[in-house]
Amino acid sequence: MASVSMEHGLILAGILFALGLIGVLVRRNIIFILMSIEVMLNASGLAFVVAGSKWGTADGQVMFIFILTMAAAEVAVGLALVLQLYHRFKTLDVDAASRMRG
Amino acid sequence: MLELLWLIPILPFISFLVLVLIGSRLSRTGAATIGVGAIGISALVSLLVGFSFMSSPPTGNAFSQTLWKWMEVGNFKPGITFHLDALSLLMTLVVTVVGFLIHLYSTEYMSDEDGYSRFFAYMNLFVGSMLTLVLADNLILLYLGWEGVGLCSYLLIGFWYKDPANGLAARKAFTITRVGDTAMAIGLFLLFAHLGTLNLHGDGGILALAKSQWLEGSGIAVAAAVLLLGGALGKSGQLPLQTWLPDAMAGPTPVSALIHAATMVTAGVYLIARTYVLFELAPSVQFAVALIGTITLFVAGCSALTQRDMKRVLAYSTISQIGYMFLALGVGAWSAAMFHFMTHAFFKALLFLGAGVVILALHHEQDIFKMGGLRRELPVTSKTFVIGAAALAGFPFITAGFYSKDLILWKVWSAHQPWLYLVGLGGALLTALYSFRLVFVAFFGEAKGHVVKKPGAFMKIPLTILAALAIIGGLIELPHAWGNWQPFSNFLESAFPLTASVEHGGHSKAAAELTLQGIAVVVSIVGIALAYVFFLRNRTSVEGVARSSVGSVVHRFWFAGWGFDWLYEVVFVQPVVWAARINKNDFIDFIYRLFAGIIQIFHFILCLTQTGRVRWYAVGIAFGAIVIVAMVVFS
Repeated sequence: MASVSMEHGLILAGILFALGLIGVLVRRNIIFILMSIEVMLNASGLAFVVAGSKWGTADGQVMFIFILTMAAAEVAVGLALVLQLYHRFKTLDVDAASRMRG
Repeated sequence: MLELLWLIPILPFISFLVLVLIGSRLSRTGAATIGVGAIGISALVSLLVGFSFMSSPPTGNAFSQTLWKWMEVGNFKPGITFHLDALSLLMTLVVTVVGFLIHLYSTEYMSDEDGYSRFFAYMNLFVGSMLTLVLADNLILLYLGWEGVGLCSYLLIGFWYKDPANGLAARKAFTITRVGDTAMAIGLFLLFAHLGTLNLHGDGGILALAKSQWLEGSGIAVAAAVLLLGGALGKSGQLPLQTWLPDAMAGPTPVSALIHAATMVTAGVYLIARTYVLFELAPSVQFAVALIGTITLFVAGCSALTQRDMKRVLAYSTISQIGYMFLALGVGAWSAAMFHFMTHAFFKALLFLGAGVVILALHHEQDIFKMGGLRRELPVTSKTFVIGAAALAGFPFITAGFYSKDLILWKVWSAHQPWLYLVGLGGALLTALYSFRLVFVAFFGEAKGHVVKKPGAFMKIPLTILAALAIIGGLIELPHAWGNWQPFSNFLESAFPLTASVEHGGHSKAAAELTLQGIAVVVSIVGIALAYVFFLRNRTSVEGVARSSVGSVVHRFWFAGWGFDWLYEVVFVQPVVWAARINKNDFIDFIYRLFAGIIQIFHFILCLTQTGRVRWYAVGIAFGAIVIVAMVVFS
């Protein structure tokens, strides 16, 4: 099986992570922010898997499953928050919910 | 029977606890029953104990009961121990019996007031503390009771706390007595440092140790006596710490009767009598006691003559009468002082309770010049009040006050202090004058006020009993010249040295005593007659004197209590307030303020980052992560 080199894998993970981060920072719609966070999580998961395949251990894949579980939990909480936010402010714009400051 | 001793102080404490814990849920009748009942049972027990003590005196004429060991620090092992001897038995009887009568009276006096159960709780705590004070076997326990009664005095003066003036009076009383208490505490430290114990009695007690170890007139004895005297002066309202007592009249009248007339203010007398050995070892201090008493009785007598407020007249009169007790203590007439303490407790409590009836009847009017003619509308009260005033004035032969005051003056004379005797005699004239001024102005003449409330049975019964005691109380100690009937001094002899209490004189001595008695009779009658002339017959003449230029200055001076309040305000209060204001911004405060300021600046900066915008927080997290990664990678 033609293996993908670790450098390529890590570069891909880095690009994905940067895209996710930029999405979190520039998007105002909270749904897109959550999706960008998913992208970042998967980018880090990819980095784990690539590192695991490089050293030939299963640890990377174990970590990826762990990240999947965590992502599921995060989405559960996140979507509940989204519902609450929409319920309160009738919008999905996070900047509208800026009253909890100081 | 003597084993029941511990019940006497414990019962009021139990009742206090009950009233504090569930008092707000009790009905008024319930609270009164518990509060009065506990003191009543306590009085009954002390009568039983007293009877058994007198009928079959315990060995050594003293009985001790240790409840438990209080604490143990090295050699210092004070116990919760009660000590009953003739002196503490007398105090216990007076405190419980007079206390019970005043409690009974309060059930009616306070019936319209809020905080009914709170009142009885405080009163019970007071009685319990006072009994601890008088029954204490060591000075530490005595000091506990001493502070306890001070606390209750504070709480009860400020009982009507909604008026800031009452709170102020309470604070003043507490602070000024604290000056004396501090001296007393230092005195206790001194005694402990030199004698290694604070137990009073027995071979290892301070009385015995001081007698065997200290020389008469030595510096240490003088220091100890002076410091204890300081405590006594504060508590008993003697010069120069007397200014709190007239203001203490802000409290309810039964409080004034119980605490500021009959019992607590005589704690100083008790303290000196209890530690008489120390004062005998320091004759100069003992003479100072006599001198202070003499000056106080005269100064306070003059002030009493000018007051308009009924209770303030009685307050100054209390200061003056305690001055007599100090005078007696100062010349070593221990039993005479305690005799006057007892009769004073009867007639002064009577006078205060009578004043309470009048104040309530006239809807809280206390100015005697707005009273008048009350004799027709309040017959029982005015009769008993006249009896009380007559006892205070030392009306000859039939009142208790005559016998006790006469005994003191006789002892002063036979101690070769003619000047103190003369001032004391002048004080007796003043006493007769101001007490009957009160009677004639308030109860005789034309009616001015309108009586809105007549006293009920619970007020009249204590008045009647106290009036009876104010008359027959004197018959337990007749002058030596009249024959051999001195059960009171003979009884107290077991607690005091023989030398000071009885001097069996010859024929010439009896003649001198009779002569002095004649003088005392004349002085008392003249005082009452003068009061009759000035304040009932021809009041314009005395008003003319008070309005003349010299007269008005003297009148204002005496009215203000010889300017002591003003003096203390200028000498102590204002400098302290000034220093406090100056010191408010001192260097140490500056350092702490600096810390606080720096932290506040950081607080403001951090506050700015809290914008509430989630994406800015994300930027913060990302930036932080980049910094950390960079640090890991490039270091």
